Amino acid sequence: MSDAEDVAESVFGSSVERREDVPLLKGEATYTDDIDLPEMTHLAIRRSDHAHARIVDVDTSDAEAMDDVVAVFTGQDVEDSGIPNAIPTAWDLPNLVQPKYRILALEKVRHEGDGVAAVVAESRHAARDAVDRIDVEYEELDHVTEPRDAVERDVPEVHEEATDNVGFDFELGDADAVDEAFADADHTASVDLRLPRIIPNAMEPRAAVADWDATTEEMRIWMTSQNPHLHRMLMAAATLGIPENKLQVIAPEVGGGFGSKIYHYPDEAVTGWASMQVERPVKWQATRSESYQTDCHGRDHDTTAEIAVDDDGTVRGLRVETYAGLGAHLSQFGSATPSYLYTTVLSGQYQIPAIHARVVGAFTNTTPVDAYRGAGRAEGIYVIERAMDVAARELDVDPVGLRKHNLVPSEDFPYESAAALVYDSGEYEHGMDTALDHVDYEALRERQAELREEGRYIGIGVASFVESAGLSPSEAAGNLGSQAGGWESAIVRFDSTGTVTLFVGTADQGQGHRTTYAQIAAEELGVSMDDIEVVEGDTDRIPQGMGTYGSRSASVGGGAVARGAREVREKARRIAAHQLEASVDDIEFSDGEFHVAGAPDRSMHIQGIAHQAYLGHDMPDDMDPGLEVTNFYDPENFTFPFGTHVAVVEVDPDTGEIDIQQYVGVDDCGEIINPMVVEGQVHGGIAQGIGAALFEGASYDEDGHLETRRMDEYAVPHSTQLPDFETDNTVTPSPHNPIGVKGVGESATIAGTPTLVAAVADALEPFDVDHLDIPITPETVWRATGGGE
Amino acid sequence: MREITLTVNGQRHELTVEPRTLLVTALREELDYRGANVGCETGRCGACTVRQDGDAIKSCTRFAVQADGATIETVEGLADDDELAPIQEQFQENHGLQCGYCTPGMLMTADTFLRDADDPSREEIRDAIEGNLCRCTGYHNIVDAIEATADQLGETE
Ligand code: FES
Ligand code: FES
Repeated sequence: MSDAEDVAESVFGSSVERREDVPLLKGEATYTDDIDLPEMTHLAIRRSDHAHARIVDVDTSDAEAMDDVVAVFTGQDVEDSGIPNAIPTAWDLPNLVQPKYRILALEKVRHEGDGVAAVVAESRHAARDAVDRIDVEYEELDHVTEPRDAVERDVPEVHEEATDNVGFDFELGDADAVDEAFADADHTASVDLRLPRIIPNAMEPRAAVADWDATTEEMRIWMTSQNPHLHRMLMAAATLGIPENKLQVIAPEVGGGFGSKIYHYPDEAVTGWASMQVERPVKWQATRSESYQTDCHGRDHDTTAEIAVDDDGTVRGLRVETYAGLGAHLSQFGSATPSYLYTTVLSGQYQIPAIHARVVGAFTNTTPVDAYRGAGRAEGIYVIERAMDVAARELDVDPVGLRKHNLVPSEDFPYESAAALVYDSGEYEHGMDTALDHVDYEALRERQAELREEGRYIGIGVASFVESAGLSPSEAAGNLGSQAGGWESAIVRFDSTGTVTLFVGTADQGQGHRTTYAQIAAEELGVSMDDIEVVEGDTDRIPQGMGTYGSRSASVGGGAVARGAREVREKARRIAAHQLEASVDDIEFSDGEFHVAGAPDRSMHIQGIAHQAYLGHDMPDDMDPGLEVTNFYDPENFTFPFGTHVAVVEVDPDTGEIDIQQYVGVDDCGEIINPMVVEGQVHGGIAQGIGAALFEGASYDEDGHLETRRMDEYAVPHSTQLPDFETDNTVTPSPHNPIGVKGVGESATIAGTPTLVAAVADALEPFDVDHLDIPITPETVWRATGGGE
Repeated sequence: MREITLTVNGQRHELTVEPRTLLVTALREELDYRGANVGCETGRCGACTVRQDGDAIKSCTRFAVQADGATIETVEGLADDDELAPIQEQFQENHGLQCGYCTPGMLMTADTFLRDADDPSREEIRDAIEGNLCRCTGYHNIVDAIEATADQLGETE
């Protein structure tokens, strides 16, 4: 770290309480739905109630005649207005089919939930009432909801341009090398894995408030966004066509995201467009059912994985084929998530010399699928971890022993995997041992054997993961098809009275950025946290940014803050040298103070220098006044957080009940800015990982209707379904990140699901169960153990 | 339209509502108590939890007219001006909130539970908040916060 390191009690690395909390605890924070503007109207969207149908006619006359209805618009009205009206993908692939994705459907609806028309009314009630009075005549078409069916069976095409519903056909790795490895290896094993759709379930449903000023032709949109700058760019360039310099996007307090608030959805564009038509502010607030139908779902993979392994446990190769559901439309990272983000982590923590993966992205008549916490990496780690367990069964060896035999050794970093990534740093065995020590693994295995004698079934699940985090180096991402940069931007500004303001391009939805960024700057600048303000989530205040996703804020956003702060500090050092009449090299910095080496009484505090910098009376000859830096930090690589999680469960084969007796998560996210925040991220991540393993999963009925359309039909885990968590950290800094940070937002979700599945499968080994698809419900267990036979 | 009276955090309000207006809507939109949040409108998430005549209730599950004459306490009434209530302090100290959307409801449920609970076990705490969903925290720290509040209150009694 920097020479600010000798600050007596380091702020960086301590569990500082969050400055976000007080307004949230008092109910004073402003979420999008809390915004109320004069003359504001309310918008509701009429959504398709068919999975797939041709729109014959949309009759809005009854709705228009209702009291308090201001206007009713159809997809045709939007199209006729001449706006660009096409939500784009953010990631191109060589053979990617990119059908036009309009903000309101025209001619055809492709999933239940596609917007067909919109009502603007004086109240939310009036808007929702009127939506029901729009008369839409449909001609129903056959539909398909399963990705493999969409491609392999004779079903109608969701988009004419996507033959056999194939959106892309992607390959990574060396197929010949894999064939050879499989031909050569002593054993092969295979497993079929179905990862169902996860509904993200941020507790705050999506919302937008748009305020168009017809005089200045400026638009301001508040919305539930993880990346307001991305939303500004997409609405400017691709949907609304408002010049970017006349469009302001604000993400106020945002109630969770988990990926679902990254994307540009039709809804905020319709809200903005409607405000331009009625020339009044317009608010749209999704209901929970609307969220379930339209928030991008996660996962939806149908996979066959094969692993080749020698007698001594050496893994020789991995072959993976996946049908990935894209849903009815291509969302921004709908193509990136199941291709690059997924296949590149298939090596997990292991040295696997030959890997090949093929992924067919399939359009289906369902809600679009995109990145959900863990995005791609969760699916990839699930595959390799399940394959390792199945291989251990094939060899009849301990799954931990098999893993250890194949771990990438610490001395091999940077490690280039056969899945095209270069892992930055890792101490995999240390992380694994730390986790195993928490449960006393050897003793636990003995206890398991004893209990089995008594007819009780304990299972021990161990899963290791590595995550490619911190999306990403811009150039590398660009070479792979990304249509966006991977940098993050921060302005570090000393004000003339010595306070500091950080303007950062990420956007918080509960992670605590305003606290952790202040910790980073306090450390670098030697200034009290109380003197540091952090501004996020407003495109007019923060000129540029990429946003919060892919576990990137601490590493990339934090990296930009640190680099900006260091640059500011260096300018201050030169001013200090000038005013103290010493050479720059003789100026030392500690605790906010610059002093002349060997003469500690000749010193200036950085906050006093800030004042001097804005006075500008006595600057070095070649230096402009002011003390402010804009930093664009473009990382040179992903970061690679890793860890091992262990679950101990007891399964009752008679009832199918699964009791989680212990859950241990050991994460290595590099340097830790705030241990309390890291622990919180891990807890929440585990909860979502366990949720997917045991409870969650969206499904469609045979008419293509979403069955899990309300909160009582989709099992978000509640307090009595989750155990207490034991967490621990090892610390392996990222060698290329300015603050050694790797990021932690998604890790535990990635780990949680395979850990639980491994534990249940381990418990049921006496029943010859080597894998169960998720969610593993009591009924799944009951059937797998022979119930009902 | 119906005229009703609600006493919210000690203040009496007279208001006119449609019979179908939910209590949460009346509180948020008519009276501007925006602390209670709406996560589902079907009684499943608990984000809208307030206290009505001493009981923690989900304010999306009843109409405002049904609460006519009631005494309502919302999250805005927990703190004494700038001084956080013990439950709020403990949520901060134990990192029992992340995005904060579930928090107002969670606090009202927990605060109400702690009025009667004496030295509750973690299991009892988990039972008490079962109707309040949190997607961010995994509940562990929320349970810690409620446990710590119970300890704190126990000590001062
Ligand atoms: S909004 Fe009332 S329980 Fe969800
Ligand atoms: S803190 Fe986000 S839902 Fe509970």
